[in-house]
Amino acid sequence: MKKKGNEGLWFVVLGLFSLAGGICFGLVAAFQFLYPDFIQALPFFKSRPLHVSMVVAWIFSTAAGGIYYYVPRYSNLQWRFRGLIKLHFAFFLVTGLLILAAYVSGKFGGREYWEFPPVLAIPIFVSWIFFGVNYFITLRKKTGPWPVYMWMWGTGIVFFFLTLSEAYLWIFPHFTENIIREITIQWKAYGALVGSWNMMVYGTAIFLMTKISGNEDLAKSKMAFGLFLLGFTNLLFGWAHHTYFVPSAPWIRHFAYLVSMTELFILGKIIWDWRSTLSSYQKHQHLFAYRFLFASEIWIFLNLALALAISIPAINIFTHGTHITVAHSMGSTIGINTMILMASVYFIIRELMPAKEGFNGDKTTSVGFWITQISLAVFWFALLGAGIVKGSNSNQAFASVMSDAEPYLFTFACAGFFLMIGLLTLIYSALRRLLG
Amino acid sequence: MCAIGVIYSVVVYTSGTATPLPIVHDADVASGQRLFRENNCVACHQFYGLGGYMGPDLTNVISVEGKGSDYARVFIEFGTQKMPNFQFTQTEVDQLVKFLEFVDAHGKYTPENYNFSWYGAYEEKGQ
Repeated sequence: MKKKGNEGLWFVVLGLFSLAGGICFGLVAAFQFLYPDFIQALPFFKSRPLHVSMVVAWIFSTAAGGIYYYVPRYSNLQWRFRGLIKLHFAFFLVTGLLILAAYVSGKFGGREYWEFPPVLAIPIFVSWIFFGVNYFITLRKKTGPWPVYMWMWGTGIVFFFLTLSEAYLWIFPHFTENIIREITIQWKAYGALVGSWNMMVYGTAIFLMTKISGNEDLAKSKMAFGLFLLGFTNLLFGWAHHTYFVPSAPWIRHFAYLVSMTELFILGKIIWDWRSTLSSYQKHQHLFAYRFLFASEIWIFLNLALALAISIPAINIFTHGTHITVAHSMGSTIGINTMILMASVYFIIRELMPAKEGFNGDKTTSVGFWITQISLAVFWFALLGAGIVKGSNSNQAFASVMSDAEPYLFTFACAGFFLMIGLLTLIYSALRRLLG
Repeated sequence: MCAIGVIYSVVVYTSGTATPLPIVHDADVASGQRLFRENNCVACHQFYGLGGYMGPDLTNVISVEGKGSDYARVFIEFGTQKMPNFQFTQTEVDQLVKFLEFVDAHGKYTPENYNFSWYGAYEEKGQ
């Protein structure tokens, strides 16, 4: 580790190892779609949760690590309770290992995305309290108004705690004994959970933009706070594309549809800002953190356009329950969250590197970056293709539809292989510098 | 905003979520539900399109034409090329089928009769 006494880097390193594990299990799961006997010791019902949980751990660990790293460096505040950071890390690591052990040994809680036994959610709750208490007590002393990224980090921390609590309502019979309420937890709480970690990740993106450009006004403008409020509204009330065909009151569908369409404003802003973004890219193209942020903007554009399209009920009837939803979720997780978090990792590395200029020309990292982007594009479009096949043949037998979708799923799995190579190259490049 | 979010949550969980009668969540259904969770069936299957896509949606596997309780029972008992044989006992198979019957009785996915308004919203006929 380059800098002793910086616990934020522990989280970043743990996040990178989690991502490496997550993409390897993801590749296994992708090939199991085609060849169910592929690695029989690790069937799909184990490989999928291993993949999902390790990727989610990458997002949480690296986002939290960035916050722990940036706050003392850029706000002139030292963490109020450094012991709590160590405890947070210890809880995160030990719980993570227990979750992996539970999956491998076949002990499941059986809720999508949080498939581990529910008792393991307790240390996650506790560690999040450590994080939240430390964050708000430390930043309470900050003089002057908070920039928008601090609000976003704080909102993400609080709402992760609230939405994770909501996601565990299923342990109460009032919810378990009614499938409609069970399903409501699935679309509502899980959707908002994703929104809560997006808050932390998007906050990190704005932080990095601010620091790279040297323009602190980016994080204090009315537009920045307006977009934050829009994102927050969607966190609370959105997730339309999950709701139309699950049992719920009709007004909820209309309301979710209305809220989700407000994101058209964000899409419009991206297009409006495109020229200035491009000129900034030309200026910073040799800076890896900026390259990742630029890539994330393209992926935001594509995934937001897809999200808006599938939020229109007339389109959603063909896309709900198909691989188009997978394209939406994986495209967002890899294209947006992972690119922003990689930007954060490489921003930190650049700060720690003694020879900064040399690093910016690093060929290994450049090759990893381009393999990742190109294979992700093929991966994403292949999933869209599989989803279109499934959605347009929904009245056929399941096996027949999956057989028709096989060429797309094969392309998806092959692209997944190259995606793994690209991301592993980036992880290796980062870890070599962080641990070297 | 937080207060509105909390109120919204309460309304969402109480509005239109009453259990259709006469569906009973008895001990067998509860055991089937537990088995469904403990074997992580949601990794491959969906209810109302939510879940994994390795296997088919199970919301109406009991009532859809050409399928039914016996159809589901065979898959659960023996598995398929894609679905492992979980070595369930006869009692466990019965409990899982009961659970699927319980889910099926709650509603239809996807609805057979619906309309779209001019702005693309969806409405079930008769609502």
